[in-house]
Amino acid sequence: MPDYLLTTSPQMAKRHARHTRFQWYGRIAIGISISFMLLMFTAIFFRGIGAFQKTMVAVDVQFTESQIDPSGARDATSLKQANYKPILLQGLQQVIPGATERRDRNNLYKILSNGAAFDLGERVANNPDLIGTSERVWVAASSEVDLYVKGKIDPEEIPEELRRLKDQDIAWVEILRASGQIKKKFNTAFFTSGDSRNPEMAGILSAALGSFFSLLICFLIAFPLGILTAVYLEEYAKKSRLTDIIEVNINNLAAVPSIVFGLLGLAIFLNFFNLPRSTPLVGGMVLALMTLPTIIIASRSILRSVPQATRDAALGLGASKTQTTFHHVVPLAMPGMLTGTILGMARALGETAPLLMIGMVAFIVDVPKGVTDVATALPVQIFLWADSPEKGFVELTSAAIMVLLTFLILMNIFAVYLRKKLERRW
Amino acid sequence: MSTDMQAKQPIMTARNVDVFYGKKQAIDNVSLDIPENQITALIGPSGCGKSTFLRCFNRMNDTIQICRVKGDIQFAGQDIYDPKVDVVALRSRIGMVFQKANPFPKSIFDNVAYGPRIHSLSESKDHLEDIVITSLKRAGLYDEVSDRLDEPGTSLSGGQQQRLCIARAIAVDPQIILMDEPCSALDPIATAIIEELMDSMKEKYTIVIVTHSMQQAARVSQQTAFFHLGELVESGDTEAIFTNPEQERTQNYISGRIG
Amino acid sequence: MSEEHIVSSFDEDMTQLRNLFLEMGRIVTSQLQAATRALRKEDRVLAKQVIAGDKELNTLESELNDLAIKILALRQPFATDLRNVVGTLKSAGHFERMGDLARNIAQRTNTITKAEAETGSIETLVRMSDQVQVMTNSIITAYERLDEELAEEVRALDETVDRLHNSLFREMLTYMMEDPRNISGCMHVMFMAKNIERMGDNAADIATEIIYMTTGKWPEESRIKKDKTSRIIVEPDA
Repeated sequence: MPDYLLTTSPQMAKRHARHTRFQWYGRIAIGISISFMLLMFTAIFFRGIGAFQKTMVAVDVQFTESQIDPSGARDATSLKQANYKPILLQGLQQVIPGATERRDRNNLYKILSNGAAFDLGERVANNPDLIGTSERVWVAASSEVDLYVKGKIDPEEIPEELRRLKDQDIAWVEILRASGQIKKKFNTAFFTSGDSRNPEMAGILSAALGSFFSLLICFLIAFPLGILTAVYLEEYAKKSRLTDIIEVNINNLAAVPSIVFGLLGLAIFLNFFNLPRSTPLVGGMVLALMTLPTIIIASRSILRSVPQATRDAALGLGASKTQTTFHHVVPLAMPGMLTGTILGMARALGETAPLLMIGMVAFIVDVPKGVTDVATALPVQIFLWADSPEKGFVELTSAAIMVLLTFLILMNIFAVYLRKKLERRW
Repeated sequence: MSTDMQAKQPIMTARNVDVFYGKKQAIDNVSLDIPENQITALIGPSGCGKSTFLRCFNRMNDTIQICRVKGDIQFAGQDIYDPKVDVVALRSRIGMVFQKANPFPKSIFDNVAYGPRIHSLSESKDHLEDIVITSLKRAGLYDEVSDRLDEPGTSLSGGQQQRLCIARAIAVDPQIILMDEPCSALDPIATAIIEELMDSMKEKYTIVIVTHSMQQAARVSQQTAFFHLGELVESGDTEAIFTNPEQERTQNYISGRIG
Repeated sequence: MSEEHIVSSFDEDMTQLRNLFLEMGRIVTSQLQAATRALRKEDRVLAKQVIAGDKELNTLESELNDLAIKILALRQPFATDLRNVVGTLKSAGHFERMGDLARNIAQRTNTITKAEAETGSIETLVRMSDQVQVMTNSIITAYERLDEELAEEVRALDETVDRLHNSLFREMLTYMMEDPRNISGCMHVMFMAKNIERMGDNAADIATEIIYMTTGKWPEESRIKKDKTSRIIVEPDA
């Protein structure tokens, strides 16, 4: 065997070494990136995981008719608005008989969330047959109790004057806990209610739906417009100075800071056209403007990669330009164009600045049912909660971030899946 | 043989054709007759303009923006560059097969059926099926794929794919089939199959083939035209061109000489 | 044909073919020359050399044959190359036959010299041979230069050979009728004359091949065959 196959010359050794070094650079870089990412995910996870559980208090209540519906009319509105506080208090006093003084009674009631009474009202209004019965109901505890039960407030460390939850309150909570009437349950309210002043009542549904409707509008506007524009520019338009200018402009638009689109939305959609402020309709339109350049650029690139041979084959058979484009080129390009669109929309999902400009910064309690209902969006909601001074919102913020990230990851996975599934037809 | 053929009118004529790509002239004053029901071969070195000239016949050069075609090209007595001519209809009368087989990413059946569908050539589903099967038979492919018409066209071998493209072109019932180096990506057996196919096809169709293989031109064609640097140097009976050409340039090219 | 092939080994093959052919031509010429001189000088040794020399010609023809087939198979020649190869192949066959005829002349020379047979004047025979030698030299030159005009002249020269043959035929018949003892010698002379006449025909055929090789067209008029010996009858006197 020739010598050069078996032994390594110094030059070869240097080449091998360079190759190995380069590989290690790559691995280290990837390692650092992944560790930062894991760090971020872990931090968010541990901060937010608590929000998925809510401390609930079991109260034995009697739905006395005289208290709730003295007229017997079973009118839904009056049922909702009836005063449930005495009923709840009665239930609590059964367990803690010592709280008779007015101040004690108020403090005892404060163990429960403000929304507890409202919650009961909803239940009775939905099911008037409850009137006259007695039942053990689970209602939400107040934010301080919630934080205490989750171990986030340590009474040993903070002196009583500086706490909201006084020692006596704590004692009562422990009594309830001992009798199994305080438990941590899954926080369904997080997913079913809108925003609230009280962290224990707050949920992301309104923000989630707001985001959903905004993205829906964005997709409905940006996808067809973007695809058709790309098809026109790539397949139909004759190359000229004008098309060059258009291409440069589209590329620039893709780099414009998103807040500028918000300003545009404010000036034109809100002020000129007088569209309803703070709605997913306008939010979606603004996001569409922002996503359009990305979709056009990605789609053009995909269209360009469709081999000319396919077009030639169709044209050679006597297909018109439109038939060639829509029977052959667009279907072949569609997987890539869809992927580009989904990625563009994933970016739009996380945009805050333009939505702030068009007013989706309001405190929205009601869950939006349509695109013209006032709403907020997930990133805006995160921003608002992060800003709030109440301690209970800390874990809610992280939980909301987790939800947003989950959607982003799901959208990306969907884009990859789509591409893999449709690509094999080539 | 030749005197009979010469008595018929050529199905396609080109007179004083010039083709420009921007400022560069690719075809210079070429005139050529294409006789009906024969195979005409266009030969010449790379870049001599034979493919460009071929693409004039079905106006595929229209798809290239900077390409300009001048001169008179007539198909069945009509100027094909007349603004009133419908290019789409023209291309259904003059079909094309390309260098690299380019079946659509659809089933074999749909590949062949596409042409008839867009030109509304069939009256019923059965009729369409007939057209597809007949075309596949004429292209010599039916026996090999009759049991898998639903499979994608791209699952066939190179030679079979090219025959599929031929079937696809035949399905719209053209009069002329243009072939741009159809066998250059195929092995000798696949090539021979297609050459045999061409020989049987010429009874029904007229074929113009561009080839860089002189041996292929010698084997398949009845008329050969030699192009060099955009000019038509010589054209005539294939037998005469390959045994006793008139022009020295032709002589040099076909005997592999630096001329 | 002055330009070279792009593939130089093609040129080498064609050159080799040409050289083999020219070598055959040279041998044929010298064989005929030697056979004629052997006849005139009654030199049996020279005649025997001519007889032996024919073997080389056959070997050359076989070699040329193989090379021509090889070129056709491997090079797929067209146009002038094709005509050249096929023409050379056929002409080599003619040369080989001419060689056989020259050998036959030498054999007969050997026979009549040994038997000291009476032949009468062999002047005409020598003149025929000279003419054929001129034809052979000319076709070799015409082949080298691809000169179709020279080849046409060669074809015309065959007429002279034919006329000489006619007159020699009569001569021999007359001589044989004069004295029956002359018959053996004269018969051999007649056959030798026939051989030379056929050599002339072969040379004219090579000339025709050269014309096709050069112009790509067969000469239209067929050769004027002036050999009338098939129709000659000489009546005895009285």
